[in-house]
Amino acid sequence: MSEQIQLPELDSVGLLRYAWRQLTSMRTALILLLLVGIAAIPGSLVPQRTQNPLQVSQYFKDSPDLARWMDRFYLFDVYGSPWFSAIYILLFISLIGCVLPRTFEHFKAARALPPVTPKNLSRLEHHHSWSAKGNELDLARAWFKSKRFRVLEANGTISAEKGFARETGNLFFHLALILILLGISFSSLFGMRGEAIVNVGERFVNTPTSYDTLTYGKLYRDSNIPAFMLIADKFVAQYNVETSAPEDYTLNVSLLREGSKRVEKKVIKVNKPMTIGTTRVYLQANGYAPVVTVRDSRGDVAFQGPVTFLPQDANLRSIGAIKVPDADPQIGFLGSFLPTYVRDGVNGGASAFPKALNPRLLLSVWSGDLGLDSGIPQSVYRIDTTEMRQIGLKGLKPGESYVYEGGSITFEGYVQWVNLNFVADPGKHLALLGGIVAILGLLASLFTRRRRIWIRVGEDVEVAGLAKNAAPGLEIEIQSFVKMLKGEK
Amino acid sequence: MSRSWAYASNYLVYSAMAVYAISFIAHAIETAWAVKVPTDKNTTLDYKRTEKVARIATAMMILGFFLLFAGVIARGISAGRVPWGNMYEFSITGALAFSGAYLLALRKFDLRWLGLLVSVSVLLTIGTAITVLYVPSAPLVPALKSEWLVIHVSAAIISGGVFLLSNVIAAAYLYLDRVEEKGERPQWAKRLPDLETLDQLSYRLVAFVFPLWTFSVIAGAIWAESAWGRYWGWDPKETWAFITWVAYAAYLHARVTIGWRGRRAAWLCLFAGSTFLFNYIYVNIWGTGKHTYSGL
Repeated sequence: MSEQIQLPELDSVGLLRYAWRQLTSMRTALILLLLVGIAAIPGSLVPQRTQNPLQVSQYFKDSPDLARWMDRFYLFDVYGSPWFSAIYILLFISLIGCVLPRTFEHFKAARALPPVTPKNLSRLEHHHSWSAKGNELDLARAWFKSKRFRVLEANGTISAEKGFARETGNLFFHLALILILLGISFSSLFGMRGEAIVNVGERFVNTPTSYDTLTYGKLYRDSNIPAFMLIADKFVAQYNVETSAPEDYTLNVSLLREGSKRVEKKVIKVNKPMTIGTTRVYLQANGYAPVVTVRDSRGDVAFQGPVTFLPQDANLRSIGAIKVPDADPQIGFLGSFLPTYVRDGVNGGASAFPKALNPRLLLSVWSGDLGLDSGIPQSVYRIDTTEMRQIGLKGLKPGESYVYEGGSITFEGYVQWVNLNFVADPGKHLALLGGIVAILGLLASLFTRRRRIWIRVGEDVEVAGLAKNAAPGLEIEIQSFVKMLKGEK
Repeated sequence: MSRSWAYASNYLVYSAMAVYAISFIAHAIETAWAVKVPTDKNTTLDYKRTEKVARIATAMMILGFFLLFAGVIARGISAGRVPWGNMYEFSITGALAFSGAYLLALRKFDLRWLGLLVSVSVLLTIGTAITVLYVPSAPLVPALKSEWLVIHVSAAIISGGVFLLSNVIAAAYLYLDRVEEKGERPQWAKRLPDLETLDQLSYRLVAFVFPLWTFSVIAGAIWAESAWGRYWGWDPKETWAFITWVAYAAYLHARVTIGWRGRRAAWLCLFAGSTFLFNYIYVNIWGTGKHTYSGL
C-alpha cells in the first residue's frame, strides 16, 4: 500500500489568495522586473512601426514570410503588444500589492512611539559607559531634539529613534512609478499627435483635414482640437561652410488663436517648440519644394504650384514626383532638386551644399497611365512607370522651360517647406511629477539609515545603539554623541 | 582661434595618453615586484620595495588626469560647447570620469590594486578614441543645442564611469572567488581586499550612482519632450537605458530585499553593466534611431 500524499484542499477563494500571494512576492516581482527588461530588447533590434514604418515595410518586401510570422508575435509593435503589456501590468499589480500593505504598516509604525529602553544596554552594540555627572539626560534630550529624533523618556532613560525617511522614501519611489504609468495612460487616452508639411509662406489651419498624419487617444474627440491658424513666415537654415552640417534652423510664424484678433509673432526652433494652450508645435524636418507650371499643347495651365520633394542626403539632394492626371494621356515627372548643382559623372548631377546657391531641377518626363485609379495606394514622391513611356529628360534652371511632345513644363523657382509636429500630451506633467518624486524617494531611501540610540543615566551613564540592516555610520554618530555628553570637543 | 584650441586639445590628449602609459608601466612593475618578493610563504607581500613605484604610478595617474582634463576643456573651448557632442568626445570625457572616480575613491579606500586595470582601461579608451573615433572639432547640430546636453549627458557619463568601476570590482570578486575555491590566492592577488569587502564595495558604488542614472534618464526624457515632441519613444538608446535601469533596479532589490550576496549578486551586477556597455557601443555605432546623429 502506498501512502497518499495529502494536499491541502484549496477552494476558489483559497486559490485566489494563493495566486495573489505568489504574484506579490518579492521573488515574482524581481522576475517580472527582469522580464520587462528582456522583453524590451527585441524592440530595439527589429524596426518598430511607431518609429520607423518605412523600414518595417522594407522588411515585409525583403522577406515577406518571415515578416508575417514576426508580425504575428507583434515584433514590429513590441511596446504595444499584448505580451509586453501583460508583463508590465502584472509587474505593476505586483508592485501595488507589495507597496500598499507596507504603506499602512509604515504609517502605523511612524505614529508609534519608540520602544522602551532595553534593560541590559551592555549587551547591545556600540555600548559606552562612564560615571555620571548628572546633567547628561538634559544634554541628551537637547541633542536628540536638535537632530530630530523621536524620543520616549521614562525612568531616567531616553529611547530615541530616527530614519523613517528610508521607508517613506522607498514607498514614495514605488508610488511615483505608478504615477508615471498613470501619466502615460492618461496621455494615450486623451493625447493627440499630428504631422503636417507646411510650405514657407503658406498657412496652416488647425483642422483634422490639414494633417498628413493624425493619431488620437481613444477618448480624444475632433472637437478637442484647438482652433488656431498659423502662417509660416520665414525659415532660415544655417550650415557649416566646410562640412555642410546644419548649425541652426529658425522658423518664424504668425499665429492667430480663436477669439483673438491680434496676430502673434512666434519663433520655433529645434529644441524650442511653440506652445498653444495644451498643444505644442515642433519643428522636425525641412526641405525644398520646386514650383512648376505644366501646360498642355494648347498652352493652358494643367498644373501649377509647389511640389514637396524629399531630402536624400546632407546636401539636400531631393527627389519627388509631379503628377498631372488631368492631361490626356496622363503626364508624370520624376524629379531631382539640387540646391547647389555640380556636375557628377555618375548621377548626372549632385548637390554640393544644402543652401540653394545654384538650384537645378532634373526631370524625366513620362506619358501614359499614372495608375491612380487602380486603388493601390501610391507614394506622392514616386511614380509607378509600368504603364508609362519616357518621352523626355531635361535639367532646368529657375525660369527655364522644357517643351516635350504634348506640352511644356516651367521651373518657376522653389519654396522651402517645414515638417511640423503638433502634440497634445496631457499626462506628461503627471509623469514628470512621478519622475521627480521617484528621484527624491530614491535618494531618501538610499541615503538615510534607520537607527535607535538609548541612554540610561543612573550612577553611570550608559549609551548604546542599533542600526537596521547593520547600516554603517552609527558608530561615528554615537561617538560624537558620547563626546558631547562628556563635554569633550 | 578655435582651431588652435583644437590643436592644443589634441596635444594635451596625446600627452595624457603618454603619462597614463607611464602610470600603467609603473603599476605593472609594482605588481610584478610585489609578486617576486614574498616575505614569507603565507602572509602579505613586501610593500616597501614597491612603495616608491606605487607612488610614481599614482602620481602619474593624477598628472594624466589633469592633462586629460585640460585636453577635454580645450576641446570644449574650440567647439564653443560642452565636450560631449560625438563619440570621440564621449570617450575622452568618459575616460576622464573613470580615472577621476578611481582617484576620488582612492582617497577613501586603498584601491591601488585596481590601478593597473584602471590605467589599462583608460589607455585603451583614449587609444580607440584617437585612432578610430576621432572627428575634427565642430559646433553642434541644431538638435543638440540645448542646456539639457550638459545635464543629461554629464549625468550619463558619470553614471557610466561608476557602473564600470563597480563592474571591474564585481569581476575581480568572481575571479578571486573561483581562485579561493581551488586553494590559495596567488601571490599578486594577496594584496587585493577580501571577498566580503569587494562584494560590499561593488554594491555601494551601484547604490550611490543609481539615483544619478535615474536622473539622467529623466533628464533625457525632459529633453526629448522639447526636442522631439515626446518624452519617451522607445528609441533604441532609450530602450537600452531603460533596460540598464531595470537591471540595476533588480540588482538593488535582490541585494536589499532578498539578501543576495556574493557570486549571484556579482553576476547580476555584470549583466546590468553589460547592458550599459552594449548601449554605448552597439547603439552608437550600428544602431538606428534618434541618438545616432553624433557622426560616430
